[in-house]
Amino acid sequence: MKKISRINDFVIRFANVNGSGSASANNLFAKVVYRLGVPVSPKNVFPSNIQGLPTWYEVRVNQRGYLGRRGGADFVVAVNGQTMEEDYRMVEPGGYFLYDSTRPLPDSFRRDDLTIIDIPLTRLCNEAFSDNRVRQLMKNIIYIGALAHLLDIGLEPVVEAVQRQFAKKPKLAEPNVTAIEIGFQYAREHHRNSCALSIRPSAVVGDRVLLDGNSATALGALYAGATVAGWYPITPSTSVIEAFERFAGRYRIDPDTGQRRYAVVQAEDELAAIGIAIGGGWNGARSFTATSGPGISLMAEFLGLAYFAEIPVVLIDVQRSGPSTGMPTRTQQSDLLACAYASHGDTRNVLLVPADPNECFTMTADAFDLADRLQTPVIVMSDLDLGMNDHLSAPLSWPDERRYDRGKVLGADELDRLEKKWGRYLDIDRDGICYRTLPGTHPEKGAYVTRGTSHTEYAAYTEESAAYERGMKRLLNKWETARCLVPLPECTIRNDRGDCAVIYYGSTTAAALEALDRLKESDIILNSMRIKAFPFQKEVFEFIDRHDTVFIIEQNRDAQMRILLAGECQLAPGKLKPVINFNGLPITARMITNQIHSALLGTRQAIPASNRAAAPEGLS
Amino acid sequence: MSYTRPTFRHPEAHKNQLGYTRTAYEGSISTLCAGCGHDSIVNSIITAFFEMSIEPHRIVKLSGIGCSSKTPAYFLNRSHGFNSVHGRMPSVATGANMANRELIYLGVSGDGDTASIGMGQFTHVVRRNLDMVYIVMNNGCYGLTKGQDSATADKGSKSRKGAPVALESIDLCELALGLGAGFVARGFSGDKKQLVPMLKAAIAHKGLAFVDVVSPCVTFNNAPTSTKSYSWVREHMEITNTFDFIPLRQEITTDYPHGSSIPVTLHDGSMISLYKREDKEIITNRQEAINALEQARSASQVLTGILFLNPDSSDFHDINNTITTPLNRLGEKELCPGNDILQAFNDSLR
Repeated sequence: MKKISRINDFVIRFANVNGSGSASANNLFAKVVYRLGVPVSPKNVFPSNIQGLPTWYEVRVNQRGYLGRRGGADFVVAVNGQTMEEDYRMVEPGGYFLYDSTRPLPDSFRRDDLTIIDIPLTRLCNEAFSDNRVRQLMKNIIYIGALAHLLDIGLEPVVEAVQRQFAKKPKLAEPNVTAIEIGFQYAREHHRNSCALSIRPSAVVGDRVLLDGNSATALGALYAGATVAGWYPITPSTSVIEAFERFAGRYRIDPDTGQRRYAVVQAEDELAAIGIAIGGGWNGARSFTATSGPGISLMAEFLGLAYFAEIPVVLIDVQRSGPSTGMPTRTQQSDLLACAYASHGDTRNVLLVPADPNECFTMTADAFDLADRLQTPVIVMSDLDLGMNDHLSAPLSWPDERRYDRGKVLGADELDRLEKKWGRYLDIDRDGICYRTLPGTHPEKGAYVTRGTSHTEYAAYTEESAAYERGMKRLLNKWETARCLVPLPECTIRNDRGDCAVIYYGSTTAAALEALDRLKESDIILNSMRIKAFPFQKEVFEFIDRHDTVFIIEQNRDAQMRILLAGECQLAPGKLKPVINFNGLPITARMITNQIHSALLGTRQAIPASNRAAAPEGLS
Repeated sequence: MSYTRPTFRHPEAHKNQLGYTRTAYEGSISTLCAGCGHDSIVNSIITAFFEMSIEPHRIVKLSGIGCSSKTPAYFLNRSHGFNSVHGRMPSVATGANMANRELIYLGVSGDGDTASIGMGQFTHVVRRNLDMVYIVMNNGCYGLTKGQDSATADKGSKSRKGAPVALESIDLCELALGLGAGFVARGFSGDKKQLVPMLKAAIAHKGLAFVDVVSPCVTFNNAPTSTKSYSWVREHMEITNTFDFIPLRQEITTDYPHGSSIPVTLHDGSMISLYKREDKEIITNRQEAINALEQARSASQVLTGILFLNPDSSDFHDINNTITTPLNRLGEKELCPGNDILQAFNDSLR
């Protein structure tokens, strides 16, 4: 048997029981790799459950900086009896299988193409620790210690990481350090040369940070000056608001009085959450909410009001697998159409699509400027993979000279200086954006009734067809202004042939970039475009126009971006080809490469093989 | 069709302390049916704000959907208004109040808008004790969709369509009491003498002041067999207390004929002077308020007056410990932590 032998280039998967403290141990491992300067990409595959169901944690280690999922696993740490058989089956040929040998491996485990690494985790733990809870937690830490030996990391970086993690509670660090040493020693004594995978310190990571998208999003809202938030708990968006409250509790407290410069309401439901954000935006505070698919459905009515009555509001959609409750702890990009046209009637909403935590930060901050400038809802399209997993990302930075763009808001002096009668919906500048006023501004001028019913330029109720049509057409004019303000796509032209190209967006980016490199290795050189926003600009149309065939890579069943592009760009069907994954796990470079390969060979299957299986098969 | 009133007024029209005549508090002409109870409530709202000498532009009026929710167009033309979506006024009011705690928030809703589609939002805005006046113009039916029974229609009551209501009604005052509201009152659109001081007290109250006003629908629910009709309410109205509202710093000069007045001081120092029919009814006792409502219900009476008042209630901002400066007035300096902190954050991740 030929062992997989690689340096800084492999996938390791941890199979655990949910609620056993494994996530923090596995996260510790990813952190150690990151601190050694080696690009790392951890993905937590977790169930909708607090304790007991299977959970996986997959860590991609890649010197070349590929951060998407590759597919497959070279090393499996199997500490969940429920899934051990599948976990065993999934190891790549030549790979490694680490298990808790306190109980012997069942007879059915007979593969001869992998290396078994037996470590009696439970026994070692029971010998060293007496407390039951500590025993359960330290079992996870022991295998991290073993990995420190097996992957040539050494004891020191891991011990240091533990000490940093528990810097404020050194007492808690003690058992962790003990457990690491136990695992390390055991592996050194029993598996001196078992593993040919190894991690070597590198400088590739540079100044990048390891950060989850939801924290970055929360910081974006904090830095952009958001003060009002209404929300309702829903996975995977919950941690956006929780992080916002945590940061605000640190950086938004008035130093003299100890009072808060923000207000957050955990509302009764998503209907109220968006209502609160709209009320706050209407009254001149930067306001937002965060939700996921089911929340988007509930918020649709209010989004139409904000669109039609022209109220700035920012909505963070951390997408998950739908429809309905779907797979609430699995990822997808399947709210695209629902968000683009959310609400009844002719409604369209501005979307921003971040691809990494740094963009979660900048785009969320920009969303507040755009919402104020355009006086309309702006939706940031994150997803579970981007939001809840740690990603290697450019460090965050904020130009201190940056000023908030609060858009067209008239103050008392400006109202006094007006020569003509002010109209809330009067398009003076011909950009579709009108001047608004805030309650309490002026004793006599600028008051009006905001309404979801049709209104004249002076905000009066009307059922006159011509006035209604004027308003609706002006909103389209504003949409054209939005087109000029949202971020441009990122186009990379690698060949001039114009036969074939790919489009991708959001969290699909990392896997798509890797797939493009892989295709290049087999002489398939494709131009590419990353879409960052809706409405689409002429650059998007032109890119599609110059190619015969364009693959749209995305993570939903119905190829929603393809539908959106086909409708908005008025394209003939057939020009855009779907490359999809909707199994709830982040798309892999393999899936993309295989589908494009098959399509180019003309033998593409209706549903790619890699999409057919459910977890844990889907992990392959 | 939003009609405006003639602006001409008698040059010697009465002015309030701010020098405004009543005109400054009026709105467009109502498009509701002639005789609608809601128009009387609108008049009482105008009178209350005018007599309290509150600057109109410091008031924010919000509503949901329905006949009641159209009324903000008929009063306070100098105030910003928000006619939101059906049953969702409380959340918009919450966000607006969070953004600027200095203004006065007046929410207007109906029995359909509150007791049915907006029940969730109503209960939770009461629970979070948002500093606002929440008025329900309660006619027991859906007017704009032509007279369907609402959830506050009393069991057995017959509307114009003739069929008795089969389901139990929801008593919004009792519900508000159960939810811990700090101010609960019930008025009748036909009794301005009671309604105006009641609204004034609600405006002066800090925290959520809930005012349920029985307001007959002349078109669909004014048959003598309806418990929300003018005649029925007049015959069955039981007044729990009569009272005057005494604004802050104003001397108590009125003579109280019965000599049984009980003063209750509101948070801002203004006062309600209550004349009790019977001394045992203490409006600061929630338990007794619920009992009184239940007794009136079994006696087929409509109990009106201020039913409960907690002068010391903490509103949303007290609980949240929000800064006193309105949040919508804070800028980059107060809100943005700056790049140094962000760099320290980056370092903490390394």
